[in-house]
Amino acid sequence: MTIEEQFQHKIEEEIKIEPKDWMPDKYRQTLIRQISQHAHSEIVGMLPEGNWITRAPSLKRKAILLAKVQDEAGHGLYLYSAAETLGISRDEMYHQLHTGKAKYSSIFNYPTLSWADIGAIGWLVDGAAIMNQVPLCRTSYGPYARAMVRICKEESFHQRQGFEILLVLSKGTEAQKKICQDAINRWWWPCLMMFGPADEQSPHTAQSMQWKIKRFSNDELRQKFVNMIAEQVKVLNMTLPDPDLRWNEERKQYDFGKINWEEFWNVLSGNGPCNKQRLDARKKAWEEGAWVREAAAAYAEKKAMKAHTQVA
Amino acid sequence: MIGEYGTKYYYGDYGEGKGGTPATSSQQQTQEEMNSWPLWEVFIRSKQGLDHKHVGSLHAADAQMAMENARDVYTRRNEGISIWVVESKYIHASNPDDAGSLYDPANDKAYRHPTFYNLPDEVKHM
Repeated sequence: MTIEEQFQHKIEEEIKIEPKDWMPDKYRQTLIRQISQHAHSEIVGMLPEGNWITRAPSLKRKAILLAKVQDEAGHGLYLYSAAETLGISRDEMYHQLHTGKAKYSSIFNYPTLSWADIGAIGWLVDGAAIMNQVPLCRTSYGPYARAMVRICKEESFHQRQGFEILLVLSKGTEAQKKICQDAINRWWWPCLMMFGPADEQSPHTAQSMQWKIKRFSNDELRQKFVNMIAEQVKVLNMTLPDPDLRWNEERKQYDFGKINWEEFWNVLSGNGPCNKQRLDARKKAWEEGAWVREAAAAYAEKKAMKAHTQVA
Repeated sequence: MIGEYGTKYYYGDYGEGKGGTPATSSQQQTQEEMNSWPLWEVFIRSKQGLDHKHVGSLHAADAQMAMENARDVYTRRNEGISIWVVESKYIHASNPDDAGSLYDPANDKAYRHPTFYNLPDEVKHM
């Protein structure tokens, strides 16, 4: 067996690939890109929600939102740490984000206009993320799979708290019901786009399927998500903004309307409502945090030197 | 439209932007790398009586910061009661390529396993 065949054999036997194992360059590059962009999405994803920490309607909601946003930071860090095992440095990943080389999920380029958006993000955005992330717990690269297991354990709280926010609003005043429906209307279509282009338009998932980085196609996961949400929205007494949404008895699935892919590509290429704002916030945090990084490094160095002279 | 962005689009992989420079090209970046905090491996004991288990890594300027960051990143939900942090450069790992010669001597010693011995059924619980 050649070294490539040995590698593929391991994948087929469901033996995880670990950092020091031989792997094809393309596998390594694909993983670095996917994991780092996934990490960036978690970090940038803190921004739209962070917007509401100081505006949360009660102390309880504020504490919950703080914990959730802190979780997102944690998820980013698990993933950066997994990506680093493939030989890319943390600084290089940040650099790729700040210069626009690395992308992040287009969903985080939409604004959070009302408190109900925080509910919609938890229920719909995190719901879509869970749909994608659960299969990634079995992805073929060990450190990525282990990070995903940890992330998935924590996501369930995120989705439930989001749904609960909307549930409370849905039983509230007319104004509260209105912002609830409005948030669902604005987040629904961008959430469907989170699953990526239709299968016939993304012909290259084949390689990732063969390497078992990815386990289900975009459309399969999107359909599962629609089936789930179309039922849950009834509990809220709200509707999804899609006149074509209806149960198909023959397919035993929900049919749904056409996605505006032009919008997706537009947001992805930098022209979404908040792309500039998000990237500027990340760059500002990095630049203005420079003195902290330097000071901590200098302090550690001084301490190490002191300890050294004491020994000598 | 698709071709312009490459073809590999699926969850968590959004292709690459056309902008951006290779990270290692600039002088400033090299400087940053030199200033960056070292990498630490984190091990957590989930409860009394169990071993510390590797959970991941993080960056920190010194051991105290590594400990505090490990607490925040890896034990937000009571996952641990004890944390070890070790600077990654001090970990020496076996090479997977040596697996053959490293573990081969154990393969032909089946007599080390209890199932190697056939005992009559009357001998219970041994």
